[in-house]
Amino acid sequence: MKTKAGKKVLLTLVCAALTIALSACSGGKADEASSQITIGIPQDVDSLDPHKAVAAGTDEVLFNVFEGLVKPDSEGNLNDAVAESHTISEDGKVYTFTLREGVKFHDGTAVTAQDVKYSLDRCADAGSGAPLVSAFSAIDSINVVDDKTVEIVLKEGDTDFLPYLTVAIIPESNQDPEGNPIGTGPYKFVSRTPQESIVLQKFDDYWGTPANIETVKLQIIANADTIVTSLNGGGVDMFARITQAQADQLSDQFDVLEGTMNLVQAMYLNNAKAPFDNEKVRQALCYAVDPQGIMDMISDGKGTQIGSSMFPAFGKYYMPELNDLYPTDIEKAKQLLAEAGYPDGFRFTLTVPSNYQQHVDTAQVIAEQLKQIGVTADIQLVEWESWLSDVYTDRNYEATVVGVDASSLTAAALLRRFTSDAPNNFINFKDPAYDEAFAAAQESTDDAEKTAHYKECETILAEDAANVYIQDLPSFVALNKKYGGYEFYPLYVQDFAKLYLVDEQANQ
Amino acid sequence: MKKKHSKNLMIGAWLTGIMLALILVGFFWTPYDPETMDSTAKLSGVSLSHLMGCDNFGRDIFSRVLKGGGTTLLVALGTVGIGAACGVVLGAFTGYFGGVLDELLMRANDVLFAFPSILLALVFVTLIGSGTWNVIIALGIAFIPSFARIVRGEFIRCKNMDYVKSARLAGVGHLRIMFVHILPNTLPVLLSAILIGFNNAVLAEAGMSYLGIGVQPPQASLGRMLSEAQTYLFSAPGFALFPGIFLILLVLGFSLLGEGVKDMGRR
Repeated sequence: MKTKAGKKVLLTLVCAALTIALSACSGGKADEASSQITIGIPQDVDSLDPHKAVAAGTDEVLFNVFEGLVKPDSEGNLNDAVAESHTISEDGKVYTFTLREGVKFHDGTAVTAQDVKYSLDRCADAGSGAPLVSAFSAIDSINVVDDKTVEIVLKEGDTDFLPYLTVAIIPESNQDPEGNPIGTGPYKFVSRTPQESIVLQKFDDYWGTPANIETVKLQIIANADTIVTSLNGGGVDMFARITQAQADQLSDQFDVLEGTMNLVQAMYLNNAKAPFDNEKVRQALCYAVDPQGIMDMISDGKGTQIGSSMFPAFGKYYMPELNDLYPTDIEKAKQLLAEAGYPDGFRFTLTVPSNYQQHVDTAQVIAEQLKQIGVTADIQLVEWESWLSDVYTDRNYEATVVGVDASSLTAAALLRRFTSDAPNNFINFKDPAYDEAFAAAQESTDDAEKTAHYKECETILAEDAANVYIQDLPSFVALNKKYGGYEFYPLYVQDFAKLYLVDEQANQ
Repeated sequence: MKKKHSKNLMIGAWLTGIMLALILVGFFWTPYDPETMDSTAKLSGVSLSHLMGCDNFGRDIFSRVLKGGGTTLLVALGTVGIGAACGVVLGAFTGYFGGVLDELLMRANDVLFAFPSILLALVFVTLIGSGTWNVIIALGIAFIPSFARIVRGEFIRCKNMDYVKSARLAGVGHLRIMFVHILPNTLPVLLSAILIGFNNAVLAEAGMSYLGIGVQPPQASLGRMLSEAQTYLFSAPGFALFPGIFLILLVLGFSLLGEGVKDMGRR
């Protein structure tokens, strides 16, 4: 009996060893009329309420369901969406929006100026003093001028405020924005099975160019190892942000598109925890970690090195010269460690979300590189949900490898989080000079001056060695050849509305 | 019949011996450092310098298999150690004395037994965190019930035998009777249970590391390697094949040995 069971387990393991992992074949047959695409995503959304969601992986999904007054396009421009046009006063204090005619919510009601005010007020949350969108603390008042006009008045002039107005416009009448999300985007929400899937359906009354594919099913594939088998098995038609290694394994029914991820991948250090509260220790780590070596190892050298919290897609603010601030120099690193009082190195825990293969791989290379200066990194893989709660929210960690994206098209979207009292300052970075430079950038109405202040912020982050900056990851998207139309955005979003069935297109 | 029995034992002993010898060598010497990366050798195939090729970080797979086999075996040893030690004590007391305590402990045992041990271990690891030592503790606890049950059965069988009765008449203490007189007589059964336990522990560790909650990277273990190799199944099949084969041989050796010991006890 015992041995039989043993043999059975053995047999199972042999199968596992050879991984004839037949992933669930769930891809339904799509007929012409009801076209469908199944898109794999690495994690479940953290909230369906667009104002409360914090994870980048959620933004990229909700981008298709919700729209703001303005909406970014793939070139990085901001186009009017729910608004038809806008004007900004000379001093940058008053933003006036004229609403577009005929924009409807998914429940069929028309968007009113009152809904816009409600949505913006909700984000600004003037009552409690803790705005859902921290940038909205700059808003003095939101006024409904008439049925079609909304006016936003800022406390201080800021010509750079427009990118924040991409926040979702939601109907005031909706009592349950979390359970029943209603927006104005090209896709409407149908259903969600937590940890399993989300179904979106084309919104027929969309004001702009309607989506091509009728149904989008987002399949959550939390186990990075099964992505390739799911794709090749036909269960999933598209998966964004796969690794080089995964791309190499795909069958020829897939196109692999290459872009950049537009995020700041770094080993983020908890600046409040010893030994990372010591600037010399952080600098030593910067000298010891070799970003190019990491890129060579995990993506055949693809990727763009970065030296601060800014990625190259933000051409105006990106400072390539910061990449050379810490050339790989083991001797210098050892010397800095000795000065800091750690001549024999130290040990720390490197917490990494296990569903992001790129970060897990990067962490392993970092651990190996740090051995040269006697520093031992104990890698601890955690589920994405635990990462969000322990690392990001509770800040109970020593170091982590992740990528941080920009939620809007401004430098502030990346830099605001490092001000001392920012609610999302998960690395506990505190530098009065930084706060000053950031505030100066916010207040300045002159674009050149503003840019100079933002660059000062980036330089401080680099010089203080707030984090060990690595790269903007190369992005590979696997797309079944049956579909086309994928577009890369300078933001962490995915536009499902532009996707189309190749055959369908040919028939037309 | 007799010949077949010894064949199991012989093959098992040889296989286990060879595997243990390899692992032992791995503790002291490996051709390369199992964690040193080399970007020029990434996913290279079998060659003279790398007997089993290299993984996605250019680490020598042969070295990692040796080291990883060691990790896996260490976990198995620890697991069976905890499971057998606690199981023997628990089984001996409940089996020998019986009564209310026996009822209580055995029902608790049944409850634990109702869950698959890997599931129990999963719950423990979620509570106390992952990592090699935690996995050993978690699996060890999960393995206690099966040992306790086997030992208890043997004690019940033995406690009414003549030699126990005469020992008791001679005024020998309970503890002495239990561990000096009865325990040696349960050895054939216990030994084969331990060997099969080894088997299950090796597989359990591999399974947990494969799921990503066992041994943490960059440390090698056979299950961890299989899990890492999954993405490269088609581009570098050796990456999964060699740890897989090593695992199979290790388990097969223990399995045959256990079978052989059991047969020996029967004769």
